[in-house]
Amino acid sequence: MSKVSNGQAVVRPFHRHPPGTQPERVYEPYKSTVARNPSKPLIFLPHTLSEVTGPIYGHDPIAELDSDLTRQHAGEPLGERIIVTGRVLDDNGRPVPNTLIEIWQANAAGRYRHQGDQHPAPLDPNFTGGGRTLTDENGNYRFVTIKPGPYPWFNHYNAWRPAHIHFSVFGRAFLSRLITQMYFPGDPLFAYDPIFQSIPEEARPRAISKFDLETTQPQWALGFRFDIVLRGPQATPFER
Amino acid sequence: MEHIPTPSATVGPYLHIGMTNTHSRPRIAPEGAKGERLFLKCRVLDLNAAPVNDAMIEIWQADSQGKYNHPDDPQSQSPDPGFYGFGRSATDENGYCEFETVKPGRVPGPDGALQAPHLNIAVYARGILLQLYTRIYFAGEPTNRQDPVLALVPAERRETLMAHPDSSRSGGWSFDIRLRGENETVFFDV
Repeated sequence: MSKVSNGQAVVRPFHRHPPGTQPERVYEPYKSTVARNPSKPLIFLPHTLSEVTGPIYGHDPIAELDSDLTRQHAGEPLGERIIVTGRVLDDNGRPVPNTLIEIWQANAAGRYRHQGDQHPAPLDPNFTGGGRTLTDENGNYRFVTIKPGPYPWFNHYNAWRPAHIHFSVFGRAFLSRLITQMYFPGDPLFAYDPIFQSIPEEARPRAISKFDLETTQPQWALGFRFDIVLRGPQATPFER
Repeated sequence: MEHIPTPSATVGPYLHIGMTNTHSRPRIAPEGAKGERLFLKCRVLDLNAAPVNDAMIEIWQADSQGKYNHPDDPQSQSPDPGFYGFGRSATDENGYCEFETVKPGRVPGPDGALQAPHLNIAVYARGILLQLYTRIYFAGEPTNRQDPVLALVPAERRETLMAHPDSSRSGGWSFDIRLRGENETVFFDV
């Protein structure tokens, strides 16, 4: 990625996000974007060693049950058991191995185990809703969990979030770090959700998992695939 | 580029369940890490200068010799074995979070120039659909004048990237992140 040439560190810059592939920072229908994003244009930063390096591996050991959110308590959580699996690739199509993925989600009733979530749906004593895993050498990951429920929020009158699982992915560089939300196919709430709608229309399918019969296990759990693409390095080293 | 990156989304208000309840890393430099020890207090404020109590800050930094603990850092010296360089913490009800670290060394920049000591910062919160990147520099550091990244910032806005010594504590520094409005922090398009 980087090398020393005549005593200088030559850094291979990463691709920038192509236009129309990411949400707008200020998207007025999602009200809290307005007070929490800069009014001035961002300053273009050529990539240096500081941007193209980053925390790669898990910083704490991953326990066996960290990736199975249905086995973290004495009993099983209520809800539809599901398998969520996929690959993490960079935008050059190369797998991103041994990278940390963290997820968090509501329970089957649409309630988060969090003091900030006070909506009147039951907590599940057998569900915390947090998980983590590392991708394998080919970039594959797999979680077992339950399908989260949709839930109301206060953005506007009768606002409901479509069911989703939050993903945090580290990747190889601090600049390629990704936080996203994975949705489920065919959700009738997509049309009404400003967080989903903040994604440009052509890019929305990339935030939706696919039902996958091959991942589905008979008599046990439905399977969904969600492949994740992170920014990757440009093909040719930048020489000056 | 063959594939298009996945769209980013906000961490939402419940990020703690997945990222900081059990895997917060406020102590970037454990005991034994080389270098000048810093206690850095950050505060996140919104347009109305109200504290943002549901944000998360992540830090990535070099060790005291300017070496990143990363296979793509081509510099010949070995990283400080007692130091990794990654920190993260959620803000509290008053918008504050604290880190314990060491002052980073100077890392190479473009054209063989060295960068001034800095911390790389990413800010996440409800209402932030893509993480915001900024940097923390150290007020009074003489090498700031030669820093190639500060040189890209209009002179009147550079102050927003400076941490200041906190006189209440030895090694204490403070840094405000103003997401929008008066004295809005400089954020970078990386």
